[in-house]
Amino acid sequence: MRTRSIASTGLGFQLFRHAMLGLGAVLMLAPFVIMVSVSLKPSGEIFSPEFTLLPKQWHAWQNYSDAFTKQPLARYILNGFIVTGAIFLCQLLTALPCAYALAKLRWRGRETMFLLVLLGLLIPPQVTAIPLYILLWQVGLLDTYAAIILPSTISVFGIFLMRQFFLTVPDDLVNAARLDGLGEFAIVWRIMMPTAMPAVIAFGVLSLVWNWNEFFWPLIVVQSEHLATPPLGVVYFANAEAGTNYGPLMAAATAITAPLVIAFLAAQRWFIDGVTMTAVK
Amino acid sequence: MSDLALSSPLTLPITRKARAGEVAEQLAAWVLAGPAFALIWIMLLGPTVAVFLLSFTDWTFGMPEIGWAGLDNYREMIGDEVFWKTLRNTLTYVAFVVPLSVFLGLAAAILIEAGEGLRGFYRAAFFLPVVSTLLAMALVFQFAFHPTVGAINQTLSLFGIPTTDWLKNPDTALFALGVIGIWQAIGLSMVLFIAGLKAIPKDLYEAAAVDGADGAFERFRRVTWPMLGPAMLFVVTITAIRAFQVFDTVQVLTDGGPNKATNVLLFQMYQEGFSFLRSAYAAALTVVFLGFVLLVTVIQVRLQDKNTHYG
Repeated sequence: MRTRSIASTGLGFQLFRHAMLGLGAVLMLAPFVIMVSVSLKPSGEIFSPEFTLLPKQWHAWQNYSDAFTKQPLARYILNGFIVTGAIFLCQLLTALPCAYALAKLRWRGRETMFLLVLLGLLIPPQVTAIPLYILLWQVGLLDTYAAIILPSTISVFGIFLMRQFFLTVPDDLVNAARLDGLGEFAIVWRIMMPTAMPAVIAFGVLSLVWNWNEFFWPLIVVQSEHLATPPLGVVYFANAEAGTNYGPLMAAATAITAPLVIAFLAAQRWFIDGVTMTAVK
Repeated sequence: MSDLALSSPLTLPITRKARAGEVAEQLAAWVLAGPAFALIWIMLLGPTVAVFLLSFTDWTFGMPEIGWAGLDNYREMIGDEVFWKTLRNTLTYVAFVVPLSVFLGLAAAILIEAGEGLRGFYRAAFFLPVVSTLLAMALVFQFAFHPTVGAINQTLSLFGIPTTDWLKNPDTALFALGVIGIWQAIGLSMVLFIAGLKAIPKDLYEAAAVDGADGAFERFRRVTWPMLGPAMLFVVTITAIRAFQVFDTVQVLTDGGPNKATNVLLFQMYQEGFSFLRSAYAAALTVVFLGFVLLVTVIQVRLQDKNTHYG
């Protein structure tokens, strides 16, 4: 009775549901399929008028080895891990203590601090680009890892998200830890962080995705090829190949997309919940 | 009397300790929040103030001196045809991408939640574009938009629909980029709508059924749609702000062309600021960009306030 009143479970409706969603899923996944498919083919087949999913003549090894040897693709991917790892570590080190102070401590300046966080949430990252570029130029840090990492060391979104989570942690837990002789700093890392693990993981994956895919800022501050992050690397690749050599290009695109897609599929549940959590203010 | 005598030596040290604790708490809070406080000013709020001030100067990158220029940059902007074209392009892009990605995301969310089968698969399939590297996928779309071997034209000509070189045709280039934007935005709006749907109390549907609202459409019109109001507002805001930020696809696929047909605000800012090194003028463009994003947020907050009177 109850389920019937909530969802239309009629066979006709379910067929309609699967037909529409199936078509949608095909359209959403098609670019991925095309990408992988092209990365397996020789150029003759890529430009043949009829499209086949699998190659008649496998060219996967040549395309992928071209992708990794014509350009330092492995280096780009390594850079991606270095940059995203360093950024997330910095964000965690600054956001968690601040979120704890906002959620669990009484101090003068708390309202002001929270207001600053909310203000920060309103500012898109591209707005600060010109002044930060000038700043990095003056301290001589342009074209370094630091230039890519520094502006992202603070995540107001992370502070906001972790504060919301910490508010739900009972005060008794914090007080008990204090009675056990733990200092405030130890409480943050040994009590609050383990309790907030789901939120930390969600924040971590979001941070990874954003910073792995970030193109605007690295494009501005990086000139040296050996510092390129994955999206920059793909562009260097496309420019070097002049847009004609699609096989190796798609192989490079696949290699750069793969780490994130694998991470997403592995952490899908947390990830989608994490994104949802951000919507529930 | 004896009670008082007993209690005072006990309570006194405690209150004293509490006071000491208060100071310690203040201190601890500042130590814990201090780094974040400093970084928010250095990396976010300070630069935002700086960009605003810079927009009133005549500074070009690398010059030794800064001169006050008042509203000159804004005046130049208003007199510049390219700026107006850029603005029109940006608004057209937002007006194209936002309604479609919100509507398709909502449709996907409702259909996915209306049954059990393959729920996880559909969610993952629609969400995958959100986590993929837009830049790599932009190159895939470039291939798909290819005039002769591209999948899009091949499919269209199958149905006898006229084809064109979508990214090179000034009439279609902006919309071709919009299609990529929609493809990437649907997943996020779907996930947010799923969260909104889950928050609707189930007994509302039962109440509606008692009132005789039996059909799927009636249930949607009388319960789902009104209850989704806040989620809808949030999704539209997020999608609009992200659409205003379109840059990657423009930079890589069209370079603002053909004939400035895909020149959008952020791309214009990037070119002026980092190719032509006209920092002050680029700062003024940034202020306009920030103005639009804040406007969208203010509208959302206003409507949200209005909505809560009914909710």
